[in-house]
Amino acid sequence: MTDKKSAPISGATKVEKKTMTGAGILWECLEREGVRVVFGYPGGAILPAYDALKHSKIHHVLVRHEQGATHMADGYARASGEVGVAVATSGPGATNMVTGIATAMLDSIPIVCITGQVGSKLIGSDAFQETDITGVTLPITKHNYLVTHASEVAQTIREAFYVAKSGRPGPVLVDITKDAQQGTCEFDWEAAKPQLPGYRPDLSPAPKEYAQALELIHNSKRPVILGGHGIIVSGAMREVRDFAERAGIPVAMTLLGLGAFPASHPLNLGMMGMHGEAWVNHTIQEADLLLAFGMRFDDRVTGNLKTYATNAKKIHIEIDPAEINKNVKVDVPLVGDLREVLLELMPKVESIDRSDWLDSIDKLKGDAAVRDIQNLPDSGHLYAAHVINDLWRQTRDGKTIVVTDVGQHQMWEAQYYKHEHPRTLITSGGLGTMGFALPAAIGAKVACPDAEVWVVVGDGGFQMTMCELATLVQENLKIHIAIINNGFLGMVRQWQEFFYDRNYAATPLLNPDFAKLAEAYGIRSMTISKRSEVVPAVESARHHDGPVLINFKVEQEDTVYPMVAAGAALHDMIRRPSPIVETAEDE
Amino acid sequence: MLNTFMVYVENKPGVLTRVASLFRRRAFNIDSLTVGRTEKPEVSRMTITVDADHDQAKRIEANLYKLVNVLLVENITNQPAIVRDLAMIRVAAAHEARSHVLQLASVFRARVVDVAPESLTIEITGAEDKIDGLLELLRPYGILEMVRTGIVAMRRGSKSGEASALTEYAAADTGAANDDVSYSV
Repeated sequence: MTDKKSAPISGATKVEKKTMTGAGILWECLEREGVRVVFGYPGGAILPAYDALKHSKIHHVLVRHEQGATHMADGYARASGEVGVAVATSGPGATNMVTGIATAMLDSIPIVCITGQVGSKLIGSDAFQETDITGVTLPITKHNYLVTHASEVAQTIREAFYVAKSGRPGPVLVDITKDAQQGTCEFDWEAAKPQLPGYRPDLSPAPKEYAQALELIHNSKRPVILGGHGIIVSGAMREVRDFAERAGIPVAMTLLGLGAFPASHPLNLGMMGMHGEAWVNHTIQEADLLLAFGMRFDDRVTGNLKTYATNAKKIHIEIDPAEINKNVKVDVPLVGDLREVLLELMPKVESIDRSDWLDSIDKLKGDAAVRDIQNLPDSGHLYAAHVINDLWRQTRDGKTIVVTDVGQHQMWEAQYYKHEHPRTLITSGGLGTMGFALPAAIGAKVACPDAEVWVVVGDGGFQMTMCELATLVQENLKIHIAIINNGFLGMVRQWQEFFYDRNYAATPLLNPDFAKLAEAYGIRSMTISKRSEVVPAVESARHHDGPVLINFKVEQEDTVYPMVAAGAALHDMIRRPSPIVETAEDE
Repeated sequence: MLNTFMVYVENKPGVLTRVASLFRRRAFNIDSLTVGRTEKPEVSRMTITVDADHDQAKRIEANLYKLVNVLLVENITNQPAIVRDLAMIRVAAAHEARSHVLQLASVFRARVVDVAPESLTIEITGAEDKIDGLLELLRPYGILEMVRTGIVAMRRGSKSGEASALTEYAAADTGAANDDVSYSV
């Protein structure tokens, strides 16, 4: 993990000047920014850059679709904490990146996307493969640039990396015209320092606000920490743990926060929100103080805002001032880097015995364990939750990275895979991008070659980006793919079941034989439909020297519980029916 | 309520689009936006009026700051400020109407900038309500064409907007700001 506060200046310090092409400067600057690998796809307008690649130490991963390149850069960034880089040509190459850029934007992931552009003289002429990609990506990038001269390349790349990784991270796109890549100029790294007079990533709260926060904390009898992705971005895992332990405050997690606080910690409650644990949502609704740590009160987390934690005061520790009072009105905003804010607060936080509150939360768990599908009698059916729970049991000892797609399997992963470490769950939270898993896992594996990487993906989402199987094989990556195959777009089907009178419009899927598909790529495959086969299959995959695809044929019409319907109050959850009824149905 | 923001931005291509796109994306409705040069060639200045409550105004300010090219934002809604709009109004003014229109223009300290047989073109500068007032009185004569610049604004007093705002920024940074919120800068 890199220190995100580190100065934008990195690389060699020796003063040197030499004449180079814009393309040469591009790779030189990427190297100096610490880039070891880029994910890309060539094309006409980016060809000068590809031609200059031969002089660079940077490894280029050839993807099969530019969307894959952005998700790979994204997965790389999420797994490593460093900036991921994707490269594409102009026009369709650039527009194919849009989904990946938007995904990174909503989850605050630092990626830099380099696109070729038609020659500067041709801009605006509707030239072949010309798209105004800086215009297209304006609302889905943290910032973007159009570079029309070789002399602008160095400073722009340096600024792009600095903007992408500082403050609240995000995607930055750099569109470089063909003539800017071909043109030459004097390269001077030192002189190309970022000049961003209006950019202020480093904010900190006022002493008065710290005092107000401390007063709320000390007067609170029923506080809850809401732990978000910001904990991981800030690198505040230890500080959050120290704070929670010292103040005796339980911690509820957002989806993207999972892993930031150890799942096995006594103060860990679990995931909150639409598919959070029932007791977590009840705890939030009964709390008298919410401490939001690097989270943004997304609608999937709050449910109906009018009925959200109405008895609670709110302290919001957040690096982005624009998030303050956006969805939930807060009492004390502490705008700044979470880790720094907690370090400032910590010495003044009193140790308070809150065992009454913790005991009452334990009572809120009620019959949750009885309702848990893991504890129901084995009906012989294979449920997705079984697969994920068994996967967790087999891989829990290591720092296994699980990369999910979007939908039911994603929620089951969040519920049944107990993440102990940050950056071990990689998932598209904000945008909910189907097709994310496989390419993001490739990025994660490239970033962390020694980590065991599992893709947990639905049969729908897998087919959106399965062309990247070729990339996986070409790069010789040992990635395990678990397809949770229920023959449906499961989450959409679930909504149709609950809210559209079981009208399963366009959700049943006709699938290829995934095992044969894997074989076509030279990937070992298995098809599993019994629970007793899950653990042997997982173990077999782990010991195989190469990638493995396991097609888990699971219960077709299973449902993610609990569920807070969109727009409903957070405590108003649809729960899994009583176990007796469930068993009777199965028999 | 109508909020007035003075926004200093880097004088670079595309910055106006970024600002306008922000308002569109966050569903804030711009009432008026003007942009022009300042005393510094590398800095442009916008005056933006937008309908927003207190919290929304704070979020607009914070979102403007998120744009990398935005240098400084000041909400001068409740500050002593000079606010000016300019309008050119072509009004039907033949025969006996002509003298009435000229009288009205004179009362409002407006200037006649073009005279045609059937019409007069009046240029008026002032606060928006003053221009609205003249328009109201001219309407019965028949307004043939009208164009307004949108407002430009400047703080009153000796401090320049930029200098005073930069001082505030420094104060907030060290925690000395006495405003009810400090998160906006």
